Amino acid sequence: MDRINLSGKGVTKDFRFNLPWLIKMAWRDSRKSRSRLFLFISSVILGIAALVAIYSLGNNLQDELNNQAASLLGADLEISGRHATTPSIKKIIDSLGGQRSAQQNFASMVLFQKNSGTRLVQVRALQGAFPYYGSLETLPLSAGKIFLNSQQALVDETLMLQYGANVGDSIKVGEVSFAIAGKLLNAPGQTGFSSAIAPIVYIPLQYMKQTDLAQKGSRISYRYYFKFKKGTDVETLVQQIKPRLEKNDLNYETVESQKEDTGRSFTNLTRFLALVGFIALLLGCTGVASAVHVYIKEKINAIAILRCLGVRASQAFVIYLIQIVGIGFIGSFIGTVLGVFIQQFLPYVIKDFLPVAVNTPVSWPAVLQGMTLGIIISILFALLPLLSIRSISPLNALRVSFEPPLRRSDPLKWIIYVLIAIFVYAFTYVQMNSLVKALYFTGGIAGALLILTAIARGLMWTVKHFFPSSWNYLWRQGLANLYRPNNQTTILIISIGLGTALVCTLLFVQSALINRITLSTSANQPNIVLFDIQTNQEDSVSALATKFGLPVKERVPIVNMRLEDINGITAAQARKDSTIRLSRWLFSREYRVTYRDSLASSEKITSGTWKGKSKGNGLPEISVEQNFARRSGVEIGDTMTFNVQGSLMQTIVGSLREVNWGGIQTNFLVVFPTGLLEEAPQFHVLLTRVPSQQVSANFQQAMVKAYPNVSIIDLGLVLRVLDDILVKIGFVIRFMAGFSIVTGLVVLISSVLISKYQRLHESVLLRTLGGSRKQILAITALEYFFLGALAALTGILLALAASWALAHYTFETPFHPQITPVVVLFILVCGLTVLTGMANSRGLLTRSPLEVLRQEV
Amino acid sequence: METILNLQHVSKTYKSGSRELTVLENVNLSLATGSTVSIVGPSGSGKTTLLGLCAGLDRASSGSVQIQHTRLENLNEDQLAAIRNKFIGFIFQNFQLMPTLTAVENVMVPMELRGEKKVRARSMELLEKVGLADRSHHYPAQLSGGEQQRVSIARAFSNKPLILFADEPTGNLDAETSGIIVKLIFDLNTEAGTTLVLVTHDAELAAKTQRIIQLRGGKVVSDKPTMAVV
Repeated sequence: MDRINLSGKGVTKDFRFNLPWLIKMAWRDSRKSRSRLFLFISSVILGIAALVAIYSLGNNLQDELNNQAASLLGADLEISGRHATTPSIKKIIDSLGGQRSAQQNFASMVLFQKNSGTRLVQVRALQGAFPYYGSLETLPLSAGKIFLNSQQALVDETLMLQYGANVGDSIKVGEVSFAIAGKLLNAPGQTGFSSAIAPIVYIPLQYMKQTDLAQKGSRISYRYYFKFKKGTDVETLVQQIKPRLEKNDLNYETVESQKEDTGRSFTNLTRFLALVGFIALLLGCTGVASAVHVYIKEKINAIAILRCLGVRASQAFVIYLIQIVGIGFIGSFIGTVLGVFIQQFLPYVIKDFLPVAVNTPVSWPAVLQGMTLGIIISILFALLPLLSIRSISPLNALRVSFEPPLRRSDPLKWIIYVLIAIFVYAFTYVQMNSLVKALYFTGGIAGALLILTAIARGLMWTVKHFFPSSWNYLWRQGLANLYRPNNQTTILIISIGLGTALVCTLLFVQSALINRITLSTSANQPNIVLFDIQTNQEDSVSALATKFGLPVKERVPIVNMRLEDINGITAAQARKDSTIRLSRWLFSREYRVTYRDSLASSEKITSGTWKGKSKGNGLPEISVEQNFARRSGVEIGDTMTFNVQGSLMQTIVGSLREVNWGGIQTNFLVVFPTGLLEEAPQFHVLLTRVPSQQVSANFQQAMVKAYPNVSIIDLGLVLRVLDDILVKIGFVIRFMAGFSIVTGLVVLISSVLISKYQRLHESVLLRTLGGSRKQILAITALEYFFLGALAALTGILLALAASWALAHYTFETPFHPQITPVVVLFILVCGLTVLTGMANSRGLLTRSPLEVLRQEV
Repeated sequence: METILNLQHVSKTYKSGSRELTVLENVNLSLATGSTVSIVGPSGSGKTTLLGLCAGLDRASSGSVQIQHTRLENLNEDQLAAIRNKFIGFIFQNFQLMPTLTAVENVMVPMELRGEKKVRARSMELLEKVGLADRSHHYPAQLSGGEQQRVSIARAFSNKPLILFADEPTGNLDAETSGIIVKLIFDLNTEAGTTLVLVTHDAELAAKTQRIIQLRGGKVVSDKPTMAVV
């Protein structure tokens, strides 16, 4: 017989950690639980899939942008400005050499002569061989080249479809009619969105003068495109001419800067989508944590036996950790494969945002990211319940009901919480690239989870305490099931509730935005805006409106100007001196200013004194919008010198105004008094209201025929375009939110299956006591109905709060949630929950009571 | 004869809300190597608690538990685990086999844990001794209660324990199977020279051991030798 040699620590000397055995035990122990373990991890699969898909898209998009950057710009260099070519600008342009094209971009009405249809479009008057890289994609193919040779135009494909125009038909731009040479399918840098907002029409630049659209005050962007010999260092060239460009108010864009700009905006898009996907992953992880919690509770006896046989607490912990790592790996792998598959469809989902066609090869960095992320995050979340293994006493093998003395909070648990917070923060930081924003996001997620938990628990508490005890047994039992030991009510309310909240908020916000525009166009509000009216046309345009029986709601002159200095500080000085806290955009933006002698109905003076007329003695006093003044650091008494198209005008800030930007009317950041700008180059805006689409069409035709330079914004059309855009954005967000909702359902399925044994036991007991199948079915259905109802209610409450805050603070519009979609959503979520729950519980009724009771022994 | 287990003034109290519940009070006893002892008493008298303390599954609130010359209260959890693995065997009322392991794997676990070699062959030998060699690849759910207890006995003897603790080993079995199991335990115990500590309600079974310790209300109320022959 062995002789005990128990001398302190020596006893564990040969008691090694033995990893291979631990792996073997993990494998053996998982034998009867593998399908359940897979269920746990299935809730993270979708989150990982979403992230891998988004990462892959991001990487592939970046590759495409790198490959196609030149064709995005269409040239090696673009120089643009707001002023017509001056001798000094011509000198810069001429000095650059290479091949050159010129283009003038401006908004104008076009008239389809066949059916007199009119529409505000983006006209591009082109001269030269631009684009040098890529092409103007047209149908017929040759139209992109030949339209420049004669009086022909290229017209946006969708626009032609809308107005029933065909190649060969005529389109009138200003005073000139052009034959449509072809449909424009794509132009450099164009996305589905940009053409929906402002459809493009190309005309040859040589006819620009004849169109008579370039008039004083017209807002034309002048662009010059260059192609240099191979090997030319464009970046150095740009650096050399930069001071001269700035002096002439010219901007530039190179292939590199275009690549960066486009890349940045798409990185932002993919990062945003990745964050939405990450929410699905986090939801799945909370599901994993909850499922592992139940799993470990069921394993207490097995762990206690192992502990009796001499397995150390740490070894028992590692056995189950290995299982989690294993399923984490498998789950991540499946998620990654699914993500690669989904990625094939993503470019279709966001096609309207994309400036380039995107191929979808497997992106290995994305695959690696997804796998790593999945494994780390499933382990981190599973660690929380796994830690409790350490406190399972071998005494549990002797007494099933043994509960270890309550420990004070486990410090390791807090470390895991901190690790999770750090991980979420780090991930978010990588996506957002901003410490503060990442903090807000992490805090927001934690807050949302806490609020959902609190609402869920509060609702459960309320229902538990105030549910009428006189209700019949089936209802009470169904409800009581929500409080069974090991219940997953809270986690399900969180996961299903968050999914519901996402969709519901989207619905509310979408309708709030549409409502806002609809409200603005309702009743007596103006719904047509005429702009670019020349001073000499003002009265006759007004007369034409009156002839159509339309009320002239507002007539406003607008003068374009730039800011030269504030209190004598110029842009150059502000740039040099870092102690001067003036934003650069103050100097770089163009100010559209009006002048009048009285305040508009949407304005209120908040400080200083309003002076509507310039007296001629002292500096003229202007009025500045108060929020603009606060953002730019402008105060009453400051001087502001404006450059009014060449001539400088010094002013002093006399008053600050509060402006209600909500209605359809012209509002201005800066208002001048009368008596100063009357002779400056300016255009006028006229607001009117048309009673119907038909009158609108007739009036627009008459306007375009009589005054082709006047642009018309039809708010009815804007509303339709906005609706279209919101539907497209909504689709993308719904697609991503879908991952969260489906994850919620997967968590539901897994938790139903996890607690199946418990349910089986209960239903068998009920049947033994004489319960009918119908009654048991009713109890189960009621339990899931309550669960779905609580989850949907929680989600809707959260969405109501979030949407109200968005409507109130961001859109500044009254919030009137629509009841019908909310009710439909509520019924849908309840229905889905009951269906999923019932479908996964169907085995309960098919087992014989004796079979189950025998297994008990 | 040498003392293998020695308890000095052992008490165990649990906190139940604000009040303290004393389950064992000032228990003193010592067991000679190779002896067989029964702990008997009504439900709630502290039998299982005493067994848990003796086997190093739990810690006494006060007093000292010594196995040979080692005081268990001085050891940490890992050292206690090592002692259980190397020197102690367990037989439980509800068998406590790992449901996910086959019969032979259940027997292998303690040996594997010690990092021993050729454990499968040795486990098969043990199963043969308990008459279950032909059922070695069955899972516990596929075995009868008696068969499960035989696997548990094979597992308990796999480390040639110094002390075997049996908690109501026949409590879940019918009379006929109980007889077989009791014989098996005592035969193997005699063969290995193991000290046997038996917790039981069964007076007939208790009488088979050399000594009966009776507990009542957490105190030893009698400690008498029996007529049993070793």
